[in-house]
Amino acid sequence: MTYITKPKLRHPAIAVNKLGFTHRDYEGSVSTLCAGCGHDSISTAIIQACFELSIAPHRVAKLSGIGCSSKTPDYLLGQSHGFNSVHGRMPSVLTGANLANRELIYLGVSGDGDSASIGLGQFVHCIRRGVNMTYITENNGVYGLTKGQFSATADQGSKSKTGGVNADSPLDLASMALLVGASFVGRSFSGDKEQLVPLIMAAISHPGPAFIDVVSPCVAFNNHAGSTKAYDFVRDHNEAVNRLDIIEPRETISVSYAPGTSEEVQLHDGSVLRLAKLRQDYDPYDRAAALAYLHSHGASGELVTGLIYMDPGAGDMHANLNTVAQPLNTLSEKELCPGSAGLAGFNAARR
Amino acid sequence: MPGPITAINDFVVKFANVNGSGSASANEMFARAILRMGVPVSSRNIFPSNIQGLPTWYEVRVSGQGWLGRRGGVDLMVAMNPQTWDKDIASIDQGGYLFYDSSRPVPASKFRRDIHVVPMPLTEICNAAYSDPRQRQLFKNITYVGALAYLLGIDLAVLEQLIGEQYKGKDALIAPNRQALHTGHDYAREHLSELCGLKVEKLDAVGDRIFVNGNDAAGLGCVYGGATVAAWYPITPSTSVAEAFGKHCKKYRVDAEGHNKFAIVQSEDEISAIGTVIGAGWNGARAFTATSGPGISLMQEFLGLAYFAEIPAVIIDVQRGGPSTGMPTRTQQADLLACAYASHGDTKHVLLLPEDPREVFEFSAHAFDLAERLQTPVFVLEDLDIGMNEWLCEPFAWDDAHVYDRGKVMTAEELEAGKTFGRYLDVDGDAIPYRTLPGTHPTKGAFFTRGTSRDRYAKYSEEGSVYQDNMQRLLRKFDTAKSLVPAPVIQQAKEKASFGVIYFGSSSPAVREALVALEAQGIHLDTLRLRAFPFADAVADFVSSHQQIFLVEQNRDAQMRSLLSNECVIDPARFISILHYDGTPITARFIIDAIAARMIARQEEAAE
Repeated sequence: MTYITKPKLRHPAIAVNKLGFTHRDYEGSVSTLCAGCGHDSISTAIIQACFELSIAPHRVAKLSGIGCSSKTPDYLLGQSHGFNSVHGRMPSVLTGANLANRELIYLGVSGDGDSASIGLGQFVHCIRRGVNMTYITENNGVYGLTKGQFSATADQGSKSKTGGVNADSPLDLASMALLVGASFVGRSFSGDKEQLVPLIMAAISHPGPAFIDVVSPCVAFNNHAGSTKAYDFVRDHNEAVNRLDIIEPRETISVSYAPGTSEEVQLHDGSVLRLAKLRQDYDPYDRAAALAYLHSHGASGELVTGLIYMDPGAGDMHANLNTVAQPLNTLSEKELCPGSAGLAGFNAARR
Repeated sequence: MPGPITAINDFVVKFANVNGSGSASANEMFARAILRMGVPVSSRNIFPSNIQGLPTWYEVRVSGQGWLGRRGGVDLMVAMNPQTWDKDIASIDQGGYLFYDSSRPVPASKFRRDIHVVPMPLTEICNAAYSDPRQRQLFKNITYVGALAYLLGIDLAVLEQLIGEQYKGKDALIAPNRQALHTGHDYAREHLSELCGLKVEKLDAVGDRIFVNGNDAAGLGCVYGGATVAAWYPITPSTSVAEAFGKHCKKYRVDAEGHNKFAIVQSEDEISAIGTVIGAGWNGARAFTATSGPGISLMQEFLGLAYFAEIPAVIIDVQRGGPSTGMPTRTQQADLLACAYASHGDTKHVLLLPEDPREVFEFSAHAFDLAERLQTPVFVLEDLDIGMNEWLCEPFAWDDAHVYDRGKVMTAEELEAGKTFGRYLDVDGDAIPYRTLPGTHPTKGAFFTRGTSRDRYAKYSEEGSVYQDNMQRLLRKFDTAKSLVPAPVIQQAKEKASFGVIYFGSSSPAVREALVALEAQGIHLDTLRLRAFPFADAVADFVSSHQQIFLVEQNRDAQMRSLLSNECVIDPARFISILHYDGTPITARFIIDAIAARMIARQEEAAE
């Protein structure tokens, strides 16, 4: 970590977004993670995505579990309320928070230890339930805070820093999210900001459960030869199926793609993302095909990244529960309490 | 051979049935008919953890004097289950009655000489009247209710009216049920007259009281208390709390456009349920979960977080027999310590101890005010006896002037005006800090909620003095809670008493009945009914002003004695524990015997 705090001076020509916020308005405390940690790049990408989307920082609620990744919400969006809950249980806390106030943007940040082991149950169930959120796992294949034990996403045969070989099958969170009904699934690499920032923007704009698995190397315990979550390994095996680019609404389209190879994705602030196909055979609107693709390409050692799946017409938990539009946390006794009049019938029916 | 028991408005009828046979609604109708005649009853289901085919009992105590606890003993056994015949026969009081299905001959050795039999060929009668096997079974129940009505003198018109009410909307069922009722009644008049010395006579002792179970009351209390989020996982005996909440919400909480002013999530487990409640509470909604002992065990880690991070939550715990899976369909008060000190580290939690469904309703609603005022989990401790049995209690009431106490939530206006915000800062001297809700203000009042130690401004810190400062404040906050929770109810004996009784929860009716009986024996006792933890100072005063205290609880380890001794720093030897924990509700007889034996022994010691 660094002990140097950034000066509060602001360059007069610094870029501002539609709300007049600068990039700095989306930052949080100084990170205490190791220098070079992939997680810090993801925090930067989240900050960038929120800035680009012109989200008012205080309208985001950021929640996490326990672990290195779960510390990171402290390092971004300093004007947002954060909740560092208990290990593996962020999804249930986020579910409750979302039920209380459907108007905020919910960002869940977790890790592979937090989500793929102790919290696997909550991970799948909050997606099943259709909670409107952006759920990011910072996936490094190891337990960092306890110094380098394999996590459940570590590939079979991969080596630990001390030379141990992982015998267990890995758990693929992206496949799992697809299987249980996520309406948006992405996968990216902490070292590929160009790919990651638009993915996060699209996930935040998505009106249902959006999941992004971000491979994020642990420089302290999982960045060596024999690891499949090391920087070098991921760069060599990263196979992007598509690419999202941010287009400002009035910007002239400068990049040209061959016809039929790109399409546009509308975001909540009116801006659009362009989805460019890098693999012609890949259809991100076909859940079953996406699952099969992840499975077959994963088996051959490729790390499939990009927008894996999206259902643009997705609904969410509030629609399923048919709740009122007004946030539940704003209702008072006037709206909630049936009063003494309501008891007359209750009492009469029980005599 | 002892003569037959004769009693008016003071006896116990026990029905022995097979579960899943449709007996429950007929039996409840029997109890309600007696209530409608103005005679108080209390009823208890004794049922297995099973859906169909196992033994189940329904006990109705008829008490013109109004005693509502379980009495113990059986005056009339309605033996409809061959599986439990021997045990059922054995449980009848001497001189009591056995009503049974005499369609098939029962060997003489299967009866007792000191009881009186009332045989009725129920199966034969129903087989002759109905051809459908399901009808033969279902109408058998209502047929024996008809016969009992004759035997006990229950008004047939009242039963007919109850049938009309029960099948309202399914009108086709009314006539055949009334027909079956008459069949039983006629048979008894022709063949069984003068066989039973137990009688129900009209009284005016019920008043406007209602017959209701605690879980229904808890669900309604949560509606009245303003709960908008419920997250729960099915577990006996608490399942019907969440179901009742849903039912009452459908009635009271759907807006004109058909949208719900509530959200109910059936979670994947109890851990998730309490997590969702905490997330909602953190974000300013009133939220609760309902569970039982095993669920409390699972929720421990989250409860510690809610205590330490100071997040409101309401937990309705319907206690059952523990430990482990224990006796899932039997009653106990055995979660006291698991709730009071839930989670690792130093924690203390607010417990509310209702004595009947009416208090369950009041306390459940009040729990949300307390949870938000104190920013901490609040437990409402029911037990299976209150939760799943119909109790006769005062009608529910609500003060329409009551405004929810949403606690110390700093608003955008206050922040804008420059009011100092420190999430864990004790501004008012009551150790309760201010909180802000997510999304309140663009640049002020945001903070990071965590289970790790932090300073008064919510900044992470493992500094010893900072940690202790916070822990001490939490203790002071618990002190503040003392004045907010329901106060104990103290009652002085008619004569000066050097002994006292402390009791709580579902033991109340049995204790009250016991006190009257003991008084008649010349044993005078002051009483204190606990209604909440933390304990008011009056509790320690009560203990210190008596030579010794009988402490009545329904668990093995005298958990309340541990809690009282520990929290009020009282010598445990000052308490004489009266412990009833076989899973059945405590009885007045049990309490009378236990107290009288000790008091008489003492008097003898004193005389020597």
